[in-house]
Amino acid sequence: MRKKINTAACCFIVVIMSFAVVRASAQEGQPTDDDVNAIAKQLYCPVCENTPLDVCGTQACIDWRVEIRQKLTEGWSEEEIIQYFVDRHGMQVLVQPPAEGFYLFIYIVPPLILFMGILILMCAVRGWRKHVPVESPGLSPDEQDFYMTRIEDELRRRQDDA
Amino acid sequence: MIADIGFIFLILTLLTALYSAIAAFYGARNDKPSYVESARHAMLLAWPLITLPTLALIRLLIDGQYHIQYVARVTSNTMPIYLKITALWGGQAGSLLFWTWMMAACAFAVSVRKWDRDREFLPWVIFVTMVTLLFFLSLVVFFENPFRRLWIMDSGQQVSAMLQPSGTMPFVPSDGLGLNPLLRHPGMIIHPPMLYLGFVSFVIPYAYAIAALITGRSDDRWIRITRRWTLVAWLFLSLGLVLGSRWAYDVLGWGGYWGWDAVELAALIPWLVGTAFLHSVMVQEKRGMFKQWNMFLIILTYSLVIYGTFLTRSGVIDSVHTFAQSAIGPVFLIFIAFMFISSAVLLVRQWDTLRGEHPLVSWLSREMLFLLNNLLFVILAAVYELGVHFPIISEVFTGVKQSVSPDWYESISAPLMFILLVLMGLAPLSAYGRHSAKALGRSIWIPFGFSSLIPITLFFLGIRNVAAHLGVWSLAFVVAVTGYEFWRGARARQNRHDEYFLIGLLNLFRRNRRRYGGYIIHLGVVLMALGIIGAEMYQSETQGALAVGESLSLEGYELRYDSLSQFYIPGGQFITRAVVSVFRDGKLLGEIYPRQDYFPDSRQSMAVPGLRSRLNADLKVLLVGWESIGLEGATFKVYHTPLMTCLWLGAAVFILGTAVAAWPEKVREIVRRRPGASLSAARA
Repeated sequence: MRKKINTAACCFIVVIMSFAVVRASAQEGQPTDDDVNAIAKQLYCPVCENTPLDVCGTQACIDWRVEIRQKLTEGWSEEEIIQYFVDRHGMQVLVQPPAEGFYLFIYIVPPLILFMGILILMCAVRGWRKHVPVESPGLSPDEQDFYMTRIEDELRRRQDDA
Repeated sequence: MIADIGFIFLILTLLTALYSAIAAFYGARNDKPSYVESARHAMLLAWPLITLPTLALIRLLIDGQYHIQYVARVTSNTMPIYLKITALWGGQAGSLLFWTWMMAACAFAVSVRKWDRDREFLPWVIFVTMVTLLFFLSLVVFFENPFRRLWIMDSGQQVSAMLQPSGTMPFVPSDGLGLNPLLRHPGMIIHPPMLYLGFVSFVIPYAYAIAALITGRSDDRWIRITRRWTLVAWLFLSLGLVLGSRWAYDVLGWGGYWGWDAVELAALIPWLVGTAFLHSVMVQEKRGMFKQWNMFLIILTYSLVIYGTFLTRSGVIDSVHTFAQSAIGPVFLIFIAFMFISSAVLLVRQWDTLRGEHPLVSWLSREMLFLLNNLLFVILAAVYELGVHFPIISEVFTGVKQSVSPDWYESISAPLMFILLVLMGLAPLSAYGRHSAKALGRSIWIPFGFSSLIPITLFFLGIRNVAAHLGVWSLAFVVAVTGYEFWRGARARQNRHDEYFLIGLLNLFRRNRRRYGGYIIHLGVVLMALGIIGAEMYQSETQGALAVGESLSLEGYELRYDSLSQFYIPGGQFITRAVVSVFRDGKLLGEIYPRQDYFPDSRQSMAVPGLRSRLNADLKVLLVGWESIGLEGATFKVYHTPLMTCLWLGAAVFILGTAVAAWPEKVREIVRRRPGASLSAARA
């Protein structure tokens, strides 16, 4: 039991360290947790897939949040801090890709899909409006006789059962 | 021994499925009904056969037979039995076996139906179903065998194989790694089976569609036979999505219910196309139109189901849900490509015979509104696919794996969803065939007037968000139209059959379950959308480090940190639990208990939020961190989410509506004839 408690305690050191930092900085004039999170939610965790920094509990994210807090304390602006992380780790840290260069693709294509969809629909509808209705091919006389015989057999059987 | 038996029966199932597919194909091509019948019996046998390896794996999981690699990976000594059983779908190999077992169960259900009619469909339904089953069985046997044992080499390296490799010794770990803590949640226990059931059930309508294409049947018979299958598939897929959302809300610490994760979308995309298909088939049944479109939609749904499974299993897309990287990706892609291309070729060959029986005569007819609804669902699916694959596209062109944000998905979804809601309101008011603007205007003004009162009221209550006004108006419009439809139907019955209003209302459901079940689904959607508006537009959050006795404030609530305690619970988890009192206007409303669970077997922690859920808003508190010595201080993150309960209530109404729509109706006596009169005589 003692061993288990020790293991658990070791694993929580990470959390404790972050808490100590948080407590120490929660002084007047210092950035609040909400200030840190406002920037952290615009960045992805460097370890977990598609997890924003503000909700991730890994050591890497804790370190990044500490870094954000330090930069805020030093008077850096939100844009400067985000640019700092982009410069160091690349564009993939950004939750929202910028609407420039190659990334314009992601903002242009959805309206294009919508436009193409409407265009295809208009063309199809024009075709269908002109289209002379085709009667359902129906059944050949042989097929009709086959089915009628089966229906009559079925009805006869039901009548007999009754 | 159990593992050997399981593996032998897996191979037997594979051979049975192979035989069934070949016999069905040969019997159909050479007109030999005895072969088709034999194929049907083989299809019938596949499910009992694969049940044995499934039970064998469950037995191994319960017994903690850690010499089996899969068992060592997903169970541990401290896990309770129910979790050991659910570990069947907690890892790659087991979940594939479970998927295959469900697929075989669907095949079994199809083979026991009465095949007196539509005999020409039978061999092709067997063939398509068995080819799909065969593919998944091949994955289980050749790539992801859950019965592989662990062996250790002289160098100490561990390997896994069914039979002992040379130079190795059997290896039996004393304990397993245990199930991922995130998966130890009731929602996650039921969520995968529901999702898989939804996925595999869509295979059956697809099989019938292909049978109709091969046999050249251009009527709507395949749709009528599979109507209930489609509804059931849609029901389970919806249930799977809802349970997954609930799991995310309860377990994942971001305060939301939907993360726009690639694997969430892999389940949502087939659901969207399936929803388009559900609406579109009604037009074919009523008017004999959209036959080509319906074929395309079911082929697309099937392909997306298999593709969604591929995304989850292959590891090609990074996600919190994906299993480890696996070698099955290329095989999956080849299978999907083969099935899609061969289905498309069949569709093109039958293109002319699948022309509509009526022209589209009016822009405001119900079929036109359904078509618009279909277009929007398919566009949403296409855009989501783009979002899912953007990291790959971006990596190819820029070398950077860039994901798109939830905001991107939401900014695209919101306007399209708004149009879909307006269409949901308009469609019941329009009629099939010719429908003029004047006629629509006559029936629309009452619901329109009623719904317009809601945003006006909200404006005077101080809500100035235009998007929220539009959203709430569209919801009120759907409610007004649906209410109007119920009222009109019940009044008509009251006048015609001299029934009480409430009896008439109940009889509406008895007479036309699909239509009125559909309206209940619409009301469920309205409630869910209300919850989404509340969560997306009005959620607020705060975080703070508190000493015992200190408080955090959010949206008029005061949350006081009272105490923190640490203890073990049966099962081995080490719990750190805080007590937080909630006050409003100085009045104590209750206590919330956020906690962190530590799982020694997998050495992972999981935040379990404290939740105070009310109809107007949810208050969710996460324990982010704490002081180890003295437990005097702790950090909390608090979310205030208005109308969140509406989302879950709406989901329940939605599921209820789907169940009503899918419930079998009594076969009504439609042929009455005089005794002794033959049908031929009557026709003459």
